[in-house]
Amino acid sequence: MAALLASEIDRPVGEMDGRPVIETHGLTKRYGDKTAVDSLTLEIGRGEVFGLLGPNGAGKTTTILMLLGLTEPSGGSARVVGADPTRDPLSIKSRVGYLPDEVGFYSDLTARENLRYTAALNRLRREVADDRIERVLDDVGLTDDADHKVGTYSRGMRQRLGVADALVKHPAVLILDEPTVNIDPEGVRELLLLVERLRSDQGVTVVLSSHLLHQVQQVCDRIGIFVAGRLEACGTIDELATAVGDRWVFTVGLSDVGDPLRLLRSVDHVRSVERAEGLWKVRADADIRPGLQRAVIESGGSFTHLARDGADLDAIYHRYFTGGDDDRPDVG
Amino acid sequence: MTVLTLADAPRFTGGWRIVAVKEFTDHVRSVRFLVLVVLMSLAGLAAVHAAAGPIKDAAEAASSTPSIFLYLFTLSPQRVPAFHEFLGILGPLLGIGFGFDAVNGERSEGTLPRLVSQPIHRDEIINGKFVAGIAAIALALAAVMAIVGGYGALRLGIGPTWSDLARVGAFYVVAVVYIALWLALAILLSVVSRRAATAALAAIAIWLVVTLFAGLIAGVVADAVHGVDANSTSEQVLANARLELSIRRISPDQLYRDATGVLLNPSRQSTGLVIDQTSGALPSNLPLSDSLLLAWWQIVALTGAAIALFAAAYLGFMRQEVRA
Repeated sequence: MAALLASEIDRPVGEMDGRPVIETHGLTKRYGDKTAVDSLTLEIGRGEVFGLLGPNGAGKTTTILMLLGLTEPSGGSARVVGADPTRDPLSIKSRVGYLPDEVGFYSDLTARENLRYTAALNRLRREVADDRIERVLDDVGLTDDADHKVGTYSRGMRQRLGVADALVKHPAVLILDEPTVNIDPEGVRELLLLVERLRSDQGVTVVLSSHLLHQVQQVCDRIGIFVAGRLEACGTIDELATAVGDRWVFTVGLSDVGDPLRLLRSVDHVRSVERAEGLWKVRADADIRPGLQRAVIESGGSFTHLARDGADLDAIYHRYFTGGDDDRPDVG
Repeated sequence: MTVLTLADAPRFTGGWRIVAVKEFTDHVRSVRFLVLVVLMSLAGLAAVHAAAGPIKDAAEAASSTPSIFLYLFTLSPQRVPAFHEFLGILGPLLGIGFGFDAVNGERSEGTLPRLVSQPIHRDEIINGKFVAGIAAIALALAAVMAIVGGYGALRLGIGPTWSDLARVGAFYVVAVVYIALWLALAILLSVVSRRAATAALAAIAIWLVVTLFAGLIAGVVADAVHGVDANSTSEQVLANARLELSIRRISPDQLYRDATGVLLNPSRQSTGLVIDQTSGALPSNLPLSDSLLLAWWQIVALTGAAIALFAAAYLGFMRQEVRA
């Protein structure tokens, strides 16, 4: 399943060296009074996996449609693989694979026939097309079902076929809109692995929109957080975590220390302490482990548990999507 | 990069042909196609079967009558409508059948976003669908006419002459245009209506009104304007009939009947009321070119209406958001 991708590198020449594959400046879309996307300025580099994170209705899909030239921006500009989506959508569409949310296929045709149509629309010669279709079907694990009508497919299989469909044209950029919504956890894992592989083997740039932060966290190099049409924050997970002050979070279990709450609060740099399932969750501005160890030893108690939590999008997500506006950090 | 983009551009021409080939293949493989061809063939066979008996008798009596073959399509004894009338009534179903889910079907299956994100111009989608629909109609109609005409020729024992074939050919083209008009209407409804079922029902409702009730409505209006009773003069009766025909000509069904009636019947000298010019006219046959001239106005009107309906569908489709 994995090995085939590497042999398939026929990147179109002219990829701007150093220039971002996707860039937007003040990109805006209004529907009547409602502003769906509000002056979005963004750059995504070649080979990057970028996550568009945000709740439903935040403007993720509208942004994607504007990047593909499928809807006219009300203002601002964009360049995708070196072309302007409003003026030259066809050269973008030939180089960008798009998996729409709720992807659909002609149910009376087989998977292979559906992909053949896509290949034909991309002006691929029949022999080239059949070869590629074979490979992408293998990549998504649908080879055995390739000649069944899509009407018999499960939602997960359709989703995987959607990925295959986006890959038939050998895209330089792959845009996946909510790709993990309808599939089971194993399917999600396989999809994310495939995304990893596409990036590492072929240098494909991937834009992945989702409202499920854990999945975005697993594969994305950088994340843009969308709220109500605005890009609220953008950066690596570490950057975002630092910005919301959740880089240093520890889970601590203590015994025989008297009042654990008072002890934890007495350690330098600790910002907050809360109870979490019999243990303590400690947020701090810096590494508290040396100081904490000293304090515990001095008190004559011992650890039952001490671990640093990974930078966690939960806190970031929570902060941006539900937090107040006053202390919103400035990143990206 | 800009240079490369410009050089690439010509690669993406002719996308409508790819759409058309796919759609046409779908149409021809569909159960819908088979059902419509069988239905229309059966209706046509019934009409020709009913017409052939009297033609045979008449032909033996008057062997000098030219274009006997064409009577197969126009004669309607025993209250069975003639073939060209059948086609006027059932033909629209063919057009509706290939168009009512053209765009909303793509929407409800979720294939439209995928389709518009391929390197084709957006209008090529609807153009390709229209061309494929016309091709499917042309094929279905050719099959029906071959079956019906072949059966008629066998039963009559008389084959068509070249001039008969030319007239049948002209009839065929007008019939395809007439059905294409209904295809354009159905595609328009498939753009406007989100659901295929709604579009189909709306199309069938329009079809019923236009083909069945238009005559009734025209009659009622004509009677209201030029009342006719037992004491009416012939001028009054004529005025009534003229008005009724004028109103009926708003309907494409009447335009089709006028045009095909003249094209299939070389002895008809007018598309209007037969009474207008029969007095003093010599019973003679027109060449096809003259019949075409007579039917020209109707043919142009049908073509124009088909184009106008398609243009409306085209504009509607181009203005729609992909996601909606």
